[in-house]
Parts: sequence; C-alpha cells; structure tokens
Amino acid sequence: MSLAERVRADFPILSRAVGGRRLVYLDSAATAQKPRPVLEALRTFYERSNANVHRSIHTLGEEATELYERARDRVRAFLGARHREEIVFTRGTTEAINLVVHTWARRALAEGDEILLTEMEHHSNLVPWILLARERRLRLRHVPVTEDGTLDVAALDRLLTRRTRLVALTHVSNVLGTINPVAEIVERAQAAGARVLVDGAQAAPHLPVDVAALGVDFYAFSGHKVGGPTGIGVLYGRREVLEPLEPFFGGSEIIREVWLDRVTWNDLPWRFEPGTPPIAGAIGLGAALDYLGGLGLDTVRRHDAELVAEALVRLGEVEDLEVYGPRDVAVRAGVISFNLPGVHAHDVAAALDVEGVAVRAGHHCAQPLMRRLGVAGTARASFFVHTGPDDLAALAAALRGAREVLGTGRLRPSAR
Amino acid sequence: MRHASVARVSGLYGGLILERFRQPRHFGEVPGADAAHEDVNPLCGDRLRVEVRFGPGGDLQQVRFQGDACAIATAAADLLAEMVEGGPAAQAAQVEREALVRALGAPIRTSRLSCVTLPLAVLRGALGVAAERVAAVRRGSGYPAATPPAPGEGGG
Repeated sequence: MSLAERVRADFPILSRAVGGRRLVYLDSAATAQKPRPVLEALRTFYERSNANVHRSIHTLGEEATELYERARDRVRAFLGARHREEIVFTRGTTEAINLVVHTWARRALAEGDEILLTEMEHHSNLVPWILLARERRLRLRHVPVTEDGTLDVAALDRLLTRRTRLVALTHVSNVLGTINPVAEIVERAQAAGARVLVDGAQAAPHLPVDVAALGVDFYAFSGHKVGGPTGIGVLYGRREVLEPLEPFFGGSEIIREVWLDRVTWNDLPWRFEPGTPPIAGAIGLGAALDYLGGLGLDTVRRHDAELVAEALVRLGEVEDLEVYGPRDVAVRAGVISFNLPGVHAHDVAAALDVEGVAVRAGHHCAQPLMRRLGVAGTARASFFVHTGPDDLAALAAALRGAREVLGTGRLRPSAR
Repeated sequence: MRHASVARVSGLYGGLILERFRQPRHFGEVPGADAAHEDVNPLCGDRLRVEVRFGPGGDLQQVRFQGDACAIATAAADLLAEMVEGGPAAQAAQVEREALVRALGAPIRTSRLSCVTLPLAVLRGALGVAAERVAAVRRGSGYPAATPPAPGEGGG
C-alpha cells in the first residue's frame, strides 16, 4: 500500500468535492491540509487545557505550559537541534527571518558589509534584507540560477568576499522544487567568515532536516506548511549566536526584571517570544510533527521523490507543456511549475479548478526568479504525504482539457 | 473522459471572454499615440499597457491595449476599449468595474476582480497623463516626457 493510500483517510478535507468532482489538492506549498491528529490536538487543548502559559499556577495553566513547552521539544527533535533554547516560536517563516534581521543583523552588520542571497528566493527572504540594506548601506549580492534551475555554486568563489557577513538562502525553491546543497554552501560560507540563514519553509514538509549536521546558524519554517495550524512558525538559532542578542519586540515574557527605566532579559528562547504566544498553534504544530515523524521522514522523502519522478513523466506527456526546474529527482522536492505557452497561468489554474484540481498560479512571491525564467508567472502543483499517482493523472487530464479550450489563444503583443 | 473535461472547461468563463481572449480586436499599438500608460496587478504580476489618440473634439479616436495578461484581463481590456473608443475622454474615465463585469457576461469570482480592475486603472492612468499634458501646454511649460516611468521603479 502506498503512503498516499495509507494516509488519505487521515485528512478529512480530502473527502469533500469541488464542483461535483473529487478534490485533488495540489497546493500544499501554499498551505498543507491538516491531518486529524492536528485537529484533535487543537480541539482537546481548547476543550480541556486552555489557559495562558508561564503565568497561571492553577492546574490548567500547568497543563497548557507543559503542552506548549513539549511542542518546543518536538520541534527540537524534528530539526535535530541540540538544545531546546535554540527553538523560538514565531508566527511563521517571514517573522522568523525578520527576527534575525532585527536582533542579529542590525547589530552585526555595518556599512559596506555584504549579504549573499540567491536569485530563487521567496520575497520573504529578499524584502527584509532590501529594507536593511537601504538602512545600513549594505551590499546585496545574489547567487545566480543556472539553466537547469539549480544554484550556480561555482559562483560562490567570486561572490563570497571578505565583506560577506551573511548568506541567506532557501533550502527548497518554492517555484522549482530545487533542493539546494545547503551543507556545502554552509561550509564555504563559514570558511569565509559568514553566518548562514536557511529558509526551510518548503523543505520541512518534504525532507528530513538536521540543522546540527547542516551547521546552519539560523533555520526558519512555518507550521501550516507541515500540516500544522496557521500563525505558528519556528526560528532555530544556534545557541552561541542567539545568546548575546537582545529582543526585538518589547513586551512581557521577554524580561527577567523591569524597572521604570531599564530591564534585564529573560533566558533563551523566551527572550524572543513577547506577549501571549500562539499556544494552540504550537501544540498543533507539535502534533503535525509527531504525525510526520510517525510516518518517518525518510518515507516521506522517498514518497515525494517517487511522485516527482512520476509527475515529470506525466507532465512531459502533455503536449506543449513547459515544465521548469531540474530533471534530476535527487535534487528536487515535490513542487513543480509549468506553463502552457500562450495561456496565462491563472487561466490554467481556473480551468483545473473546474476539474476539482487545486493548483496555485502567479509569481509565487518570487518575481526575480520569474524574470530569470522569462515568464510573468507559472502554474504550480505541489505535493504532500497524501498526494498519489491518481492526483497526478487527474492533473495531466485536466491540463489536456485546459490546453484544448485555452491553448488556441494567439500570442498577443507583450508590454515587456 | 477527455471530452467531458473539455466541455466542463469550456463553460469556465463564458463564450465572450474566451472569444475576446483568443481574438481581441483592440490589442496592439497606436502609432504616434497622444498618451500611454502601463501598470501591473501586484497579485499576479500581470502587466497591461494602453495607448490612446484623441480626435480634434477631445474624443478617444483610438484605444489599444497590449500586455501579458489572463483571459479575463485581456477580454476586459478589449471590451473596455470597444466601450470607450469614439466617445468623450471624460466619459471613458468614468466607466465602473461593475459595468465592465456586466459586459463580460459571466460571473467573476472575487479573487479575479482585480483582473477587471487592471484595464480600468491603466486607461485612467493614460487619461491622467493626457490631462497633465494639456495642463502643461496651457501653462506654457511644454510637454512632459511621453513615456511615464515604469511601474515598480522609484517611489517604492
């Protein structure tokens, strides 16, 4: 029995219909569907243990605090981090990256310093650095993307300089599915004296991640993309790097003692978690990680690679379809972008929706990569543990239908 | 199965949108245009440009769109050009989204309403450029640059 067959019944939403057709959910990279254990964890928490954390000494307060902190331990284990102090709960990947900007980077970087990014970053890992660069007069440089959709790692020789203080890159491209060679890049970046931040939003749902083995300084991911609730995310920061940092958001929880004019800071990781945290979100995330862990991350990765291999064949059979990204499944996770020439990606997505097939279309918050690919946008299918060969067959069939109806649109003059 | 799928997808947008997407009648350039404007839909990255020429009485003699846009935005731009061409420029700036949605002849989902708004905004932008120019001529300060700055550059 395939993984998809085994787990599909765990996802209640997959039993609904869209427009009278079976829902074929291929938009997991935007947000993943939630397995029942996550929904149950949320419900049980609110029905039995709801209380604020780290404050109330009554029974519910104790339970809530214990559940919340246990979720942190699950995240630590999921990421392979050495210490629980290294796991900071945030609202998501975007907030985690911004937290690094405001706590570490503003303190560590000075005029003329360089940050090395890549051409395949999500806007969330570009815009915060553009803002900081403008404020601090930093130089932003970018690792190019090659024709086959991988990073041009050879360019690191030229791009890593004495002024490079940070390399910030995505682990898996949210457009191309490319799995970047993070360990190699970390080694070279750190040899050049730079810190490394990895955006793991698209890696965490697909691959085993081991931050200690990768040697990264910062690693960020979002709960909702691994089957957890929205509004919860994680920043991993190496303890030695986090220890000297001051909080960004001021508030309760982050302090040890407050006077009218001064303050001492709380220990890690609470120093970076002001106010009442997303308690239920963290508990739900813990349940999602337990669920993935129960399936086995190696099994999840194998399933994902098999799907990618089959999808590349299936999509390759759709006449005229242009598929982007590497062909080698060893460096590719379950995210595939494509276009029907002369047809707008949103029209493709709308046509697929008629068939119950949910994909995303647009620039995927990666406009520089769209320019590199020479397209305004793409349609994108993305997988999770419940995705199966039948979903890929439905996608290919719906694409053929879309091509017959829309594919005869003549190419209009372009404004570009 | 293929045929069933084609039939369902054909019903996607309604006949008029598909027809105008495939064979728009007002796409192209206006040689020696009096005003031009382009803009993007930040949600999807679609880009449209419009070029217009005025007649002696201030009417819109010719309106042409071009760009990378979806079927809805393409059809909406094409129908908008048809609605306003030959009429007074002042009236062209008053066309409302609901009127254009009605002209498209099919329900437009909330998530796609910005596809209808884009051509309206681009046309209004061109008419604004033209109005600025007229004002500049009246002030005697001459014509500003013919091409407006590309959207997304400068300003922020």
